[in-house]
Order: sequence, then C-alpha cells, then structure tokens
Amino acid sequence: MAVYLFYFFIFPGLLFVSVAGAFLSWFDRKITARVQFRKGPPLLQPFYDFFKLLLVKETILPKHGSPLIFLLSPVFAVFGAVMAGVFILLPLFNITTGFKGDLLVIFYLLTIPSFSYITGALASGNPLAAIGGSREMKLILSYELTFLLLIAAIIMKCGQQFDLNTVIHIQQSGSPFIGSISGVLLFIVGIFCIQAKLALVPFDMPEAEAEITEGIFIEYSGAPYGLIKLAKYIMLFILPSFLAALLLNGFTLQGWGILWAVLKVLLVVLLLTLIRNTNPRLKIKQAISFFTIWMNLLAIIAIVLIAFGY
Amino acid sequence: MVTKYDVIVGFKNFCFKKSLWVFHFGGASCNNCDIEILDCLTPRHDLERFGILLVGSIRHADVLLVNGSINMRDKERLIEVYKQAPRPILVVAIGACGCTGGIFAEGITFAGPVDKIIPVDAYIPGCPPKPEAIIGGIVKLVNK
Repeated sequence: MAVYLFYFFIFPGLLFVSVAGAFLSWFDRKITARVQFRKGPPLLQPFYDFFKLLLVKETILPKHGSPLIFLLSPVFAVFGAVMAGVFILLPLFNITTGFKGDLLVIFYLLTIPSFSYITGALASGNPLAAIGGSREMKLILSYELTFLLLIAAIIMKCGQQFDLNTVIHIQQSGSPFIGSISGVLLFIVGIFCIQAKLALVPFDMPEAEAEITEGIFIEYSGAPYGLIKLAKYIMLFILPSFLAALLLNGFTLQGWGILWAVLKVLLVVLLLTLIRNTNPRLKIKQAISFFTIWMNLLAIIAIVLIAFGY
Repeated sequence: MVTKYDVIVGFKNFCFKKSLWVFHFGGASCNNCDIEILDCLTPRHDLERFGILLVGSIRHADVLLVNGSINMRDKERLIEVYKQAPRPILVVAIGACGCTGGIFAEGITFAGPVDKIIPVDAYIPGCPPKPEAIIGGIVKLVNK
C-alpha cells in the first residue's frame, strides 16, 4: 500500500511530474523569449508563479454559478493529470507493478483535465468562460478521434498489444517506430494532437487571451488558478514523454540513456514551442476541419501502410 | 530573532515580488502611455526577465496599471475593475493624466485623478514616462 502511495505522490507521481513539468514550462517560456530576441524569465519562475497563486492571492468565488464545482474542477484536473502521468511513467522507468500500462486507460485519463476545465468554466457563470468552454468541447471532439487513431496504429504496429510496457520492449529490442514511413506520419499526427491537448497557440482558442481574455480560466484566481497552472505543467511533461514512449523508443535509464531520455522530451517540447511561436491562432472551424479531414487522413494512411508492413 | 512566522511571510513576499502579473486599464488616454507600457514588455526592455507578465483577466492580476485621464464614464468601470481584483492588488498610476489630470484637469467630463477614485500605491509621472521610468517606478514599488 505504502509503495503505491509513494508512486502516486513522490516518484513518478505528483512531486516528480510537477517539478519536471515546471522546468519544461520554464524551457518553453525561455525558448519563446529567445525566438523573440528577449532574455526570458529566470529558471525558478514557474515555482514563483505557482507559490504566489497558491499562498498569496485571494480566491474569489462566482456569485452566479456553482462554487463547489468551480473549486473541485482544478483538483480533478490535477488528479487526472497525475494519474495519467503515473501510468505513463511507470512503464517508461521500467518499474513493474500489477498494472502494465493499458493504452486505453491512459487515453481516458488524459482527457480528464480538459473535461474538468470545461466543467469549471461552465460553473463560473461567466459568458466569456462559456464561449471558451464550448470551444474546448469542439476541440476535444475534433482531436480525440485522431488521438485514438494514433493509438490504434501503435497497437497494430506492435501486433495487437495493448500495454505500454510491450510497446516499449518491442521498440527497444527492434528499432524505434519512428524509423519507418508510417512512424514519421504518426509522429506528425502526435505532435499536432499534443499541441491541441495542451491548447498551445494554433489551437488556443479556448483561452484566446486577446479575444475572450483567457476564456475558460477567466474567473479563476488564487489557489484554484495555481492548481490549474500545476495541471498545465504536468500535462506539458507527460504528453511529450507519452509520445517518446509510443514512437521514440522510450527511455533507457543507464549511462548515456538518461541524457537521451531528457533530450527526447526536450526535443518534443522544442518542436511544440516552435510551432506555437510561428503560427497565428486558428478559428475553431478551421481547427475542426484540420483534424477531422487532414490529420485523420494522415493517421489512416499510416494505418494502411502498417497493414502492408511499412 | 527570526521566527517561523517571519520565514513564511518572507517567502510569500518574495514569491509575490518575483511574479507580478500586470493588468492594463487604459482610461481616456491619448495612447502615448499605452505605447510606452507595451515598450516595456517588448524585446528591448523585456520585463519578463523579472517575471512581469501582461494578463488578460483582472482575476489573475497583481498590479493594476491605470493610465489616461479618468472621465465620468471610466470612473464606474475603474471602480468595478478594482473591486473585481483579488487582493493583494497594487495600483500604479502612469503618466501626467493618471497622476494629476494633466491638461484635462479642468475639462468638464474629468472625474478626478486616479487617487481620488481608488487608493494608489505608486505614481509614475511624465507625458509619456519613458520605459526606463516605468521600470524604475515598478522597482521602487516592489522594494517599498
């Protein structure tokens, strides 16, 4: 029992993913600053932001709305993100428990943060938050099928195996999946899915800062907003490591393997940041057609290629 | 003697100083101060080095920047925005119009300088103040 609590709260759970995610969030902001010829924030900036929101700021509850759901949604978001993080990172760090890392469970857990943002936004009773919430819903509807097709393709590629452990072992005993044509197509699909899941710039219409002033998070202040920031940090770490597990050979934690593991995650985050910095925001209509037509097409082509053995 | 309480308060103050998020309220401004404020956030001066970010919602803000002369219509909105801000909130009046009323001080729609409407923590005069002056004002406010 104690060992499971350790997994959940310390390593690879809450504490580890938060610290790693906060570091990646700093990395993302620093790269953004360098792209714009600025200097960028100091290394500990995400921690300052989080502790300021958690300890210093006042929490304001909505007058017209449901305060209970408004306060509970950030907690659920953090819970879902940490749970998904534990199930992704246990196979990645080669820790064997009874659970082998079922891909579908991870898929469902990864949607919990987005759903909690929607419930929180709708519970706040703010019209701009409602617009943000409806946009987030449409975004989920568009990218979720693509993400499922990506996972289905991975399952096909390793011969109908559903667990993340086997996916990693097959890649480490053979070659990484990205070394094939279908793997490259799946990597492109995966990058755009992660971009939409994290609501980074081409797909940031739920929080569109200049247009609907932070949208779904508009009414959050103080500690609940700190928890939302925490969930965002965690998602920024676990989604790239999930992609690394699915396509980039996973992690080997011996000798130079540790450096490679760090570099893989940093590479994926760098790609996300560069896409975020070089693109304008899409309209929600364009995002839906982008995923339902083009990304699904790409994923289906990859699945057909896998069926023919490429 | 440093007690446990002092350490906690010190840590809180330190985090607050290191991450000031700014909400920009433009009154009936001639736009010059707005441009100078934006100048602070752009590459040349880059206030993100000190953790200062421009946020879109007053609920996330730690600093309320007010510039431009406040006329009768702005007054209600300024009070509304100030009431909606989570405490602790610092208010900074920027430019001659924000501090005193400037050339609009005797206009018929003028509703008084910012400090007659809401409590102000720092004044940064100038028409418009230089970005260096704005940064200097923020530094003085933080070290107060």
